[in-house]
Amino acid sequence: MTANAAHPTSTGATATRPGRDLRRHFPIFRHVEQPFHFLDNAATGQICEAAAEALLHFETRARANVKRGVYRLADRATAAFDAARATMARYIGETEKNSVVFTSGATAALNIVAHGLAARLRSGDEILLTTLEHHSNIVPWQLAAEARGAVLKAIPVTDEGRLDLDQLDRLVGPKTRIIAATHVSNVTGAVTDLQRLRAAADSVDAVLVVDGAQRAPHGPIDVKSLGCDLYAFSAHKMFAATGAGVLWGKPELLESFAPLLGGGEMIKHVTFEKTSFAPPPHRFEAGTPPIGAVLAMAAAADWLATLDWRMLAEHELTLTARLLDGLQTLNGIRIIGPSGLQQRLGVVSFEVDGVHAHDICQLADQLEGVALRGGHHCCQPLMARFATDATARASLAPYNDSADIDALVRGLDRTIRLLT
Amino acid sequence: MTESLYNQAIIEAGKDKSHAGRLEHPDATATADNPLCGDRVTLDLCTEHGTITDLAHTTRGCLLTKAAAALLVRHARGRPLGEARALQTRAKAYLEGESAEPPFAELAVMAPVKAVKSRHDCVTIAFDALAEAAAHAGEEQPK
Repeated sequence: MTANAAHPTSTGATATRPGRDLRRHFPIFRHVEQPFHFLDNAATGQICEAAAEALLHFETRARANVKRGVYRLADRATAAFDAARATMARYIGETEKNSVVFTSGATAALNIVAHGLAARLRSGDEILLTTLEHHSNIVPWQLAAEARGAVLKAIPVTDEGRLDLDQLDRLVGPKTRIIAATHVSNVTGAVTDLQRLRAAADSVDAVLVVDGAQRAPHGPIDVKSLGCDLYAFSAHKMFAATGAGVLWGKPELLESFAPLLGGGEMIKHVTFEKTSFAPPPHRFEAGTPPIGAVLAMAAAADWLATLDWRMLAEHELTLTARLLDGLQTLNGIRIIGPSGLQQRLGVVSFEVDGVHAHDICQLADQLEGVALRGGHHCCQPLMARFATDATARASLAPYNDSADIDALVRGLDRTIRLLT
Repeated sequence: MTESLYNQAIIEAGKDKSHAGRLEHPDATATADNPLCGDRVTLDLCTEHGTITDLAHTTRGCLLTKAAAALLVRHARGRPLGEARALQTRAKAYLEGESAEPPFAELAVMAPVKAVKSRHDCVTIAFDALAEAAAHAGEEQPK
């Protein structure tokens, strides 16, 4: 098996092995009712010990607002928040920490981007999305397009659930101002060939926006080598707390954006006549930020950076192969996504003939303790592409092991026998 | 593990296609969606002198959604139009545990769903569709 191009080379190595050994770093596995086979990592990852401790430490021993007070506790909170920005910059291969905007998550980040870029759109300009997109990378663009009279287009998807990039020549033209795409599909697991999107964007001087929510949990990223202009992701998917996320952007782009939210902490000076805005990143961080969640995210990033991601990626692909093979042994299964292991992560969506996705998920939990996700996954255009309303989805993290996969396949077998 | 959501009565009701489809000349139609999962119930009804004389449902959804729609349509035929809103309210109260009594006896098969909050809407969207269709049929519904 070859290492997936979505994974950079390993950034370090510890003795921690993937699967069961890694679970000692995740408190949930010590506390939750067994059996517990957590295969809903694309929805949210479990919080790692480092992040949980950072969150608890801040909230119980170090809590103060940031960027305001001068007393010792407040000063330490401000310093920790600032250090978290540097940590997150490091996690994504950036040296300039002010290119990292803290948000409430990937959705907020993409809304800031769509709002910021909307100002440069004129009537008839085109925004090129993809059929793989999560609603959070569709709806903000629809709002922007409606406000500016711009047009949305979408790169289609092949029968294997990958972007059909051979259509780029047809879809990219002189009116294309923005290309916005997911790095990894939350439904099919397909990894986007961002280099081809970069080349297409360059050919018409368009901005390339990438939704990295599904990629961020799979190890450190190098946003500069990806070739994107803006990159968004959420903390809760990368084993930290809910309520925080990152928008990374090239400084000249962030500098050009108007703020989405107005309020405290994002201004230079306010009078009733006019407000001048703070420079990025603060311009986009109105109000008290989710300080504890940001510190937890940074703790998770620091810990993730110590792991051997080449080994973990190999582990996830081995499990993905086991899952694909297991599904093939069952009757009436239709996989929505790549059948192979190249350029994909461990996200596998499927349908069972005659059984609704929610029934599959309910019975997987009830019969075998398997946590799956069923529904449209906030990807209704993609569901329409595959002429379905809902799929069941298993999504992997490094703490999963073969017992999780086997429990899922066993549960599906029992479900099919019960309901068909 | 929770009590089985998929008792034999629910499985049987979910497979009941006896009132599935569309009516040729409905007096009212309504569609209810579950935005969480995209499930959808479209319900047609015919009325005469304030009584529901015929119903049909087109249900795209999980077994619970299909079973609830089938049970409701079976029950509602011949019932006063004015009961639709009350059925909706009582179904929700039953699932929430605010009332021990199901809105009609056959719905007691849904008892295991009470404990699974995320599946309540699977049961209630058919009731939403009926209440809306009844309202469309032009009669004031009692609260």
